[in-house]
Amino acid sequence: MRITISPQRLSSEFVRKVEEISGQTLPSCYQCGKCSAGCPLSFAMDLLPNQIIRLVQLGLEEDIANSKTIWLCASCLTCSVRCPRGVDLAKVMEALRLLTLRKNVNYVEPSRIPQEVLAELPQLALVSGFRKFTA
Amino acid sequence: MKLSYYPGCTLKTKSKNLEDSAIASMNALGVELVELPRWYCCGTVYSLADDDLMRQLAPLRNLIRVKGEGNSKVVTLCSFCYNTLKRANLMMKDDQAKRDALNSFLDEEEDYQGEVEVVHLLEMLRDEIGWEAISERVKLSLGGLKLAPYYGCTLLRPQEAAIDQVERPTVLQDLLKTLGAEVVDFPFATECCGSFQIVSNPDFVLDCSWNILSSALRWGAEALVASCPLCDYNLSQRQGELVQGYSEFRQIPILYFTQLLALSLGLEPEVCCFDLNYIDPRPLLKSKGLLR
Ligand code: SF4
Ligand code: SF4
Repeated sequence: MRITISPQRLSSEFVRKVEEISGQTLPSCYQCGKCSAGCPLSFAMDLLPNQIIRLVQLGLEEDIANSKTIWLCASCLTCSVRCPRGVDLAKVMEALRLLTLRKNVNYVEPSRIPQEVLAELPQLALVSGFRKFTA
Repeated sequence: MKLSYYPGCTLKTKSKNLEDSAIASMNALGVELVELPRWYCCGTVYSLADDDLMRQLAPLRNLIRVKGEGNSKVVTLCSFCYNTLKRANLMMKDDQAKRDALNSFLDEEEDYQGEVEVVHLLEMLRDEIGWEAISERVKLSLGGLKLAPYYGCTLLRPQEAAIDQVERPTVLQDLLKTLGAEVVDFPFATECCGSFQIVSNPDFVLDCSWNILSSALRWGAEALVASCPLCDYNLSQRQGELVQGYSEFRQIPILYFTQLLALSLGLEPEVCCFDLNYIDPRPLLKSKGLLR
């Protein structure tokens, strides 16, 4: 994959926003990959968690938007408790989701969930799912 | 002893088996769990956004209510509620800017500073009652039952909310050993079950269940022991598909630790509401002579 990086990208509004919402210092990540090694959902992800944070560092927001990874994260916090650099990657994932959700775009459409699924799911599944995936 | 207790939504609907068995067991151990009046949903997940305080209001108002009742401690059963209330409380204690912003938004008379202590029932059993006192009350030893303790995420992460060592917890296994059970140590005890992805990507949750359950089976477990209603659902609900998909897979029931506690304390099996377990554990318990 060929990527272009530029000073404008590195200090873009996108990077600033992710840092602001997540409260994380993005350059702290030194790409050891420990987050991805322990991620229980990595098998389903097209980009690994450490690749996501690298792309954020470089301001490459289109590549993140084209990936499903941030929507597969389960906020399990395994990455966050293991990062040797103290980066709370789960918060970075949340910030990235919120950049979309705050444009009033839903990832999960509650009205499209079938009635029988709604009736069967435990309450905490629905509330947490809607908190994570709806605007 | 009386203790303020926060149930949360799921315990009042799908997971009565967790609530009823816990209340009865604690009664037998001399602790009355008094439900917090007018509680409401904590939001289930702690907001991971630094700039969004609105989502802290739900857990916070519950905590203020605990304090308003004159209590300095609140006990939770659901792992999700525990985590959300615990973290909101820590935020009020440790983050002055957020504390001030939230206090000036809320019109409660007195500012809240994180005075209430949020504990999970497992911490109560370990730290307040103690394994020794519990073992003295055991009427029915769970000997012969091979149980895999399953912690999931929210009892252990992040570090500041963990009820035990993050990577190598022992509290559940210590309880089960106290009750006489044989504990199976398996490598997926703290692995995520897929959590709220059940709403958006249920097939990936099934893959997560397979990883956890097949490991527990390989290590010889006859049942998994949990404390979270979402883990319970995710790990149980589609085992039929795993049985069909993998010849080596066998159904394995999930039990709440409180159900085993109640059984072992010699309480009436009715308080365990075994009929609410997604996979009926009664045949297994009967085969071990633990249930008539
Ligand atoms: S574990 Fe931390 S430092 Fe290592 S790649 Fe992941 S975020 Fe970066
Ligand atoms: S919080 Fe998300 S990215 Fe981190 S390990 Fe869990 S699922 Fe993976």
